[in-house]
Amino acid sequence: MRRSLVVLALAGALAMTTAMTPAFAQARTDVKVGLVLEPPSLDPTAEAAAAVDEVLYANVFEGLTRIIADGSVVPALAKSWDISEDGLTYTFHLVEGAKFHDGTDFNADDVKFSLDRINAEGSLNAQKALYASIASVEVVDPATVKVTLKQPDGNLIYNLAWGDAVIVAPESADANKTNPIGTGPFSFKDRVEGDSITLEKNQAYWGTPVKLEGATFKFIADPTAAFAALQAGDVDTFPNFPAPETVAQFQSDPRFRVVIGSTEGETILTMNNGKAPLDNVKVREAIAHAIDRQAIIDGAMFGYGTPIGTFLSPANPDYIDLTAQSNYDPEKSKALLAEAGVTDLTLSLKLPPVEGYARRGGEIIASQLAAVGIKTEVTNLEWAQWLSEVFTDKNYDLTIISHTEPNDIGIFARDGYYFQYNNADFNKLIADLAVTSDPAKRSELTKAAEKNLADNYAVGFLFELAKVGVENAKLKGMWENAPTQATDLTGVSWEE
Amino acid sequence: MPSIILGRLVSLILSLIAASIVIFLVLEVVPGDPAQFMLGLNATPEATAALRTALGLDGPLLERYFTWVLGLLHGDFGISYTYKVPVSGLIADRIWISLPLAIYALALSTLIAFPVGILAAVRRNSATDVGIMGATQVGLAVPNFWFAMLLVLLFSITLRWFSAGGFPGWQDPLLALKALTLPAVALALPQASILARVMRSSLLDTLGEDYIRSARAKGLSQGQTLWRHALRNALIPVLTIIGLQFSFLLAGAIIIENVFFLPGLGRLVFQGITSRDLIVVKSVVMLLVFAVILVTFLVDITYALVDPRLRRATR
Repeated sequence: MRRSLVVLALAGALAMTTAMTPAFAQARTDVKVGLVLEPPSLDPTAEAAAAVDEVLYANVFEGLTRIIADGSVVPALAKSWDISEDGLTYTFHLVEGAKFHDGTDFNADDVKFSLDRINAEGSLNAQKALYASIASVEVVDPATVKVTLKQPDGNLIYNLAWGDAVIVAPESADANKTNPIGTGPFSFKDRVEGDSITLEKNQAYWGTPVKLEGATFKFIADPTAAFAALQAGDVDTFPNFPAPETVAQFQSDPRFRVVIGSTEGETILTMNNGKAPLDNVKVREAIAHAIDRQAIIDGAMFGYGTPIGTFLSPANPDYIDLTAQSNYDPEKSKALLAEAGVTDLTLSLKLPPVEGYARRGGEIIASQLAAVGIKTEVTNLEWAQWLSEVFTDKNYDLTIISHTEPNDIGIFARDGYYFQYNNADFNKLIADLAVTSDPAKRSELTKAAEKNLADNYAVGFLFELAKVGVENAKLKGMWENAPTQATDLTGVSWEE
Repeated sequence: MPSIILGRLVSLILSLIAASIVIFLVLEVVPGDPAQFMLGLNATPEATAALRTALGLDGPLLERYFTWVLGLLHGDFGISYTYKVPVSGLIADRIWISLPLAIYALALSTLIAFPVGILAAVRRNSATDVGIMGATQVGLAVPNFWFAMLLVLLFSITLRWFSAGGFPGWQDPLLALKALTLPAVALALPQASILARVMRSSLLDTLGEDYIRSARAKGLSQGQTLWRHALRNALIPVLTIIGLQFSFLLAGAIIIENVFFLPGLGRLVFQGITSRDLIVVKSVVMLLVFAVILVTFLVDITYALVDPRLRRATR
């Protein structure tokens, strides 16, 4: 008798917990977001790590302008701006009534402080190069700022929308690393290092208030753990789900929705243009024709990814499809190698610690290269090693990497960059692009730059990384694509 | 007795100095620049250089070593490169997960291993013994991360009794214990298997001693002999193993911490290494070395206190 009572009590308790779960789901105003990478410190103006923006961009911090879901740039803390005839003076008209989370007012002084800080001596801003055109910042009145440039900069409005140019207050800027104070619709509440970051609704927000009362970001690096966390309901969404092999299981489960979108991640087989025999365009072309993009997408990425033939996202309106120029053609590849007089070629292939495109992709590429007679020495590196050996010391022949910053075709023109492309025509195109504001001319120059990279087989262009998101089927308003690395929660809500 | 303590103390200090030098030098030669890692692919060389200076990475070797050691002596562990918060705070937060988890797992493994090991020894060569030995063999062979995944699959995904991982904090102790339960079970299984086997063989050894026969001869029952004489003496090797297991559980639960995404000490070191947050690695490893050396020191002293032969030998 006693035992059956216990069993009954247990069953009752179980029934209650299961009965309570849907009741909670109805009234939910919080969201638990799973992310693979944890932000180091919390200041987007001092950290390069994408993870910082993935938590704070648009949620806690805002810039003068802002990138939205479709990739376009819209006004944020600057409600409008005028550009002078010569393109050298930008006058920003700021929103009024905005406040920082610590209660201080937002005004033109904060804008001047934030922009000056980027270009200051000893600044730790990781994207400092993007704002090098700024000559001075002048406060006209509390709601107006005048930015004067050294030369016209067609990218300024876009670059100001990056997380690296968010507006911070002089009083709180230094403490943002651990206690971020912005003007956004969410304020920072709490952090458990290694585990989670919690945000809560900013009741005094100047713009459209958000529907959520709070949000928790949980950091789960292990793909299996990510799968389990979604299945067990520990997180409601994984905007960049790290276990594509389990996606089919989520697709067949009505509790979840799988969203495949695009990113700004051009995944490339980087060739060291500065090192023989890869300084020979024929050899680079041979390698490009040896690669079967679709086999890599299927084998390494479980079918998620869009083939690219140049260094721009296919989601970009200026993108041109140049994949045919470097189509899979092993015979042509062998012929080109013979033409270049290269025999018995052995190249180093140094791979960063990314399980999908780099490690799995690396094996496939090594075997594809072997098929045309190119041997590879594959080395697996961890990030810090990769950064020093490949990126800084340029001690490599080949590597596989995804460049995830938006609109970063200009990196091929950088002096001393690890591609060592050093192409005078290309550098000229990028220099022209930087001083051009006319949209039609910009588009023309961008396309010419794309063609230049494809014509010279600058690197092996593989595919655009897909954004594989898995979310609770009742969750609405998460970004489908990732035009910038962010988890913008401003439009997120739960279905009634 | 004081001479023993003094001798041990000197060796403790020498070990610590040696450990600090080794740790410092090993991390010096690790390839990879923390500043480069933090600023990423688009950073200008000037920004990277500025950060190196800000992190204090460009002073002479000896100077940096002494700065670090002096800091440690003052209880100042430095500021994490990654999180920009004091390392001591990070350690303090994480020790509140790693320590209870280690104790929890150790308690579980002891609770399982003692009765099981004793039963196997008492019923030597019976079907029970063979069964237990077989089961512990399996327990040893099963990788604990795989066992952990099975636990998650059953209890989190299918039954939904536990969350799949994470740690809610100690504000609600019951919830915290619940979050640590599956990891503790996963950690305890191989430990319990080892412990049960040690318990069994140690008990079998003592049961074969002359004084056990004498105890039986003077009229004690089998049970009385077991509890009063055999078990006490058999415990010495078992306790040694428990001590070793505890140090392992404190620092070595990295894989289990990854499976359950628990922010423990092991993962702090692991993340510190991959992100080149070397100051965290240095300090945590040093702390763990200190803990192990301290435990060994205390055990040595205790041995001398408990075992009269050891004391006499040094007099």
